[in-house]
Amino acid sequence: MDKTRQIRLAKDAMDRDWADPGLDLDTVAAHAGYSRYHFIRAFKEAYGETPGQYLTHRRTERAEDLLRTANLSVTEICHLVGFSSVGTFSARFKAWTGLTPSEYRTKHVGRGAALIPGCYAMLWAGGFRSAPGAGIQRNSGEAG
Amino acid sequence: MIKGLAISTVWVLDQDRAKEFYTEKLGLEVRTDMTMGEGGMRWLTVGSPNQPDVELTLMVPGSPAMDPESAEMLRKLVAKGALGAGVLTTDDIHGDYKKLKDRGVEFLQEPQERPYGTEALFRDDSGNWFSFTQPREGGLDMDQDWTC
Repeated sequence: MDKTRQIRLAKDAMDRDWADPGLDLDTVAAHAGYSRYHFIRAFKEAYGETPGQYLTHRRTERAEDLLRTANLSVTEICHLVGFSSVGTFSARFKAWTGLTPSEYRTKHVGRGAALIPGCYAMLWAGGFRSAPGAGIQRNSGEAG
Repeated sequence: MIKGLAISTVWVLDQDRAKEFYTEKLGLEVRTDMTMGEGGMRWLTVGSPNQPDVELTLMVPGSPAMDPESAEMLRKLVAKGALGAGVLTTDDIHGDYKKLKDRGVEFLQEPQERPYGTEALFRDDSGNWFSFTQPREGGLDMDQDWTC
């Protein structure tokens, strides 16, 4: 169980510090006390995606939230969620949602999730889903 | 008719450590700690001193409640941090956030303003997450432009 807990601590660090643009793989792996290589493998085994994918999804999901509800520019939101380049942000965002940030905003304006307690919203957006088009497999499959 | 919620189950990985965490770090009180028969199931419950009619039972996955395979799956889910155990309330979120943090409680989110109050998130020592919320006086505030 200790191994799972170590991996969880690294995931928790991403859930907590996703807005920090300096949060890189070495920093995250250090929370688990793992080397980079073993960490990526163990994380993927536990959560079904690599730490890098997880952090990107976490940031994208936060950006979706901001685009739905906040009166901020796409560039401001890009930096607020921890991306340092608008180009990378837009590309990742489009790969994840199928829409550019501006298209997403136009489509979803006014649909905030503020009434759902944050923990549940986080769980809903958390580490157990796969990218669109990747089939219905939502986790690593080890629990079933 | 149903009168209320009396006991809710929290699955923990080790009852001794959980007892220490829920009392010494969270400040809850032990309501019951007894073992049923020799080598039997340990019934451990805790609760808030302010709310005598509600308690949490801290259970470890395994016999007699479930088969070994189910217990292993559940232990894994708890350790992975996939399970939420509920919402705990306070009347001093900023003070209590600091107090709990100083005691080593692992927070996932510092206090943030939400329509229903000020909310932080933490995990217990097994991996269950809790919302820690100071409810907003006067109920929901829907006048602001909430960002998350």
